[in-house]
Amino acid sequence: MFRYFIKLGSLSIRKNPVLSALMVAAIAIGIGACMTVVNVYYVMNGDPIPAKSSELFYVQLDSWDPNEAVNDDGEPPDQVTYIDATALMAANRARRQVVSYQVGRVIQPEGEGARPFQVSGRASTADFFTMFDVPFQYGSGWDESADRSADQVVVLGRRTNDRVFGGEDSTGRRLVINGDSYRVVGVMDEWNPVPKFYDLTTGDFNDVEEVFMPFSVAIDKELSGWGNTNCWKPLGEGGWQAFLNSECVWMQMWVELGNEAEWAEYKAFLDAYTESQKALGRFQRPLNNSLLNVTEHLEAQEVVDDSVQILLVLAVLFLLVCLLNTIGLLLAKVMRRSGDVSLRRALGASRRAVFGQYITEAGMIGLAGGIIGIGLTRLGLTGIHVLYADLEWIDRVLGMDWVMVLTAVALAILSALAAALYPTWRAVRIHPASQLKSL
Amino acid sequence: MEIGPIWRAMWRNKSGYILIALQIAVTLAIMVNAVAIIQERSGLMARASGIDEDNIFHATSLVFAPDLDQRSLINEDLAALREIPGVIDAIATNSVPMRNGGWSMGLQVEPGVGVDGTGTAIYFTDDHGIETFGLNLVAGRDFRPEEITWNEPDEVRWPPSVIITRALAEALFPDESFEDVVGKTVYINQDDPMQVLGIVDRMQAPWVGWESVERSALVPMLRESSITRYVVRTQPGMLNELMPVVEELLATRSDNRIIDGLRTMADTRKRAYLDHASMIKMLSFIVTLLITITALGIVGLASFSVTRRTRQIGTRRALGATRPEILRYFVLENLIVSICGTTLGAGIAIGLNIWMVSAFDLAPMSWPIVPVAMLALIGVGLLATAGPARRASLVPPAVATRAV
Repeated sequence: MFRYFIKLGSLSIRKNPVLSALMVAAIAIGIGACMTVVNVYYVMNGDPIPAKSSELFYVQLDSWDPNEAVNDDGEPPDQVTYIDATALMAANRARRQVVSYQVGRVIQPEGEGARPFQVSGRASTADFFTMFDVPFQYGSGWDESADRSADQVVVLGRRTNDRVFGGEDSTGRRLVINGDSYRVVGVMDEWNPVPKFYDLTTGDFNDVEEVFMPFSVAIDKELSGWGNTNCWKPLGEGGWQAFLNSECVWMQMWVELGNEAEWAEYKAFLDAYTESQKALGRFQRPLNNSLLNVTEHLEAQEVVDDSVQILLVLAVLFLLVCLLNTIGLLLAKVMRRSGDVSLRRALGASRRAVFGQYITEAGMIGLAGGIIGIGLTRLGLTGIHVLYADLEWIDRVLGMDWVMVLTAVALAILSALAAALYPTWRAVRIHPASQLKSL
Repeated sequence: MEIGPIWRAMWRNKSGYILIALQIAVTLAIMVNAVAIIQERSGLMARASGIDEDNIFHATSLVFAPDLDQRSLINEDLAALREIPGVIDAIATNSVPMRNGGWSMGLQVEPGVGVDGTGTAIYFTDDHGIETFGLNLVAGRDFRPEEITWNEPDEVRWPPSVIITRALAEALFPDESFEDVVGKTVYINQDDPMQVLGIVDRMQAPWVGWESVERSALVPMLRESSITRYVVRTQPGMLNELMPVVEELLATRSDNRIIDGLRTMADTRKRAYLDHASMIKMLSFIVTLLITITALGIVGLASFSVTRRTRQIGTRRALGATRPEILRYFVLENLIVSICGTTLGAGIAIGLNIWMVSAFDLAPMSWPIVPVAMLALIGVGLLATAGPARRASLVPPAVATRAV
């Protein structure tokens, strides 16, 4: 029976080419606009590290000003102080832990005519690479002993390695960075999590840094952060030491915990630490520590722009308009072919058969509209690329994967079916004899 | 005006008309909100930054050699920059308006902990700052060369004087006129006093979305920092010519640093408002597409309506109705649908706007948008009906007598 419906459907579509084309176009445009925005939203809202996102937790402590909250949302500051980061690291109460912050570095390649160039770097403790499953092209990260003895080692990004060492295995070789010599221990492979979840403070979708150095080395060299440094309390005298001992928040800390029990334990530890600091006169605000996993953290930091959300609302309404259009067109088609329906009913077709046929036809139109809609979505994404061409990372949120393609088709078919319900109901209600009289 | 018969005729076959009315309603809701957002964002983009944007560019000097005499380097750089023909002035600072990164502090009118402060952007500068940025000094005076202090990179010892923007003066001392703020003392870092030497009309902070964006302070300090931002103002029309000259000069003056981020203020502004500009374009495109789709829907419905009533039209014409009367019938029919649709749409639009204002922190829309949009959409509907209505008026009376 279904195959008969398909045959009838395609006959009907061919007999009304203009009307059918308009219907397909209406659905395609609606799907195109809607899916363009949905696609961007989907990528921005995606899980950048699905294998581990529920095991990685961002540490946030409310060490802020007792007289004024750090923001209006009642959340603790989005970074931690040097004192707290180092104290928590020393306590070592999680499976793995990492503290890091962004730094600016200038690489001075050797050789004739080689000009120094600037890169963004990250000062980090050793576990960064294992915690975040960073892929390596050559070598690996450094280990804890390098952290402790502040070895001048460095991990390069693939692009920098290509530029300085021609893409060869540079592990063991030395490189001059800001006047000092560092030994390369590893070269990362292409890695750009979307969004850049481990540090959202300077740009949710920025490139991963090109140079990684041990945290202790950066502190020794008095490298201040390249990201945001927020202080509520005036610094005392004493330059760098005073800055390290201050209440300024400028680094990011993540811990890896295996299960609920470990999470509860670590949270309790954080709270106990805060209490002990209160006794020393710090943490004068009410207890407000945060230990969110990756997806929760992305949401709390509002990675998906308001602009995208607004567009999503408008795009869904746009689809609604296109659907209303489609209903009108389908209705017109049904009314035009009412003679056809009543003839078939008079010849013995059941109501269900009429219903089935029109729904199938709508489904076919939906499928066609969905397929064209995919093309229009691609066009829409290209349009966004052109609009935002100045934004280096825009291409990262414009990829269309098979989930989105299937969603587009499914949405198109479902919309077409929904749009067809009313016209089909009208068709079903046509009396067998009513239209035969005028024949 | 035969509204009664038109209405009853429509009511007998209401589904098509209801669908178009609904389409018009949702279209209006989207239109109104999109236009409201476009208006808000255009307004934000139109704000002046207070500086002479057309003739200013900036570049970052990044020193990578350790233990370099930063002070001499900066002094010599500035001297060299200021000597270039066509350069009005130049300074070494930390940031520029709209750059999206910079330094902010709180200023208080009384010293001490727990006193409410006002957030302000900090721009380090010397006595050439006002001239370089092209600011408008409206009260008090500029810094004198002897008032400029130097700071080590890790120390921040705030100098005893400051120049602030008018908005900051009014925020700190709301009960006084801004001219009287000159000479008063404000406190930075809770306890460090700074006397207000002068007030400039306007200078925006680096963050365009910040609530304190109009509050900035010029601090007479040069910093021995490895990262210095040079800001250069040129004679009108000489910007493009002088940018490579400046880059070359700074790059060759010292091998111990790299020059990066050479950018005009126009480019900085473009980047700061990229999201706004793109949003405006996307919304405009969506609204245009939407109106086109709805217009086509109206054309479709009107054609259908005319085709279905060909016999009736012929009969009426045979009975004496004139062409304009037939035309008027269909125009009125469309007008009724449009008015119903836009009225419903206005309700949806306002409801949607209220929700979006609370969900997305938008500014509430200005209400005139609604009636203007309604009229526009009704106008579009009339245009769309024109074709089919004219076709209806051309139906010959002889149609009434035909059997087919």
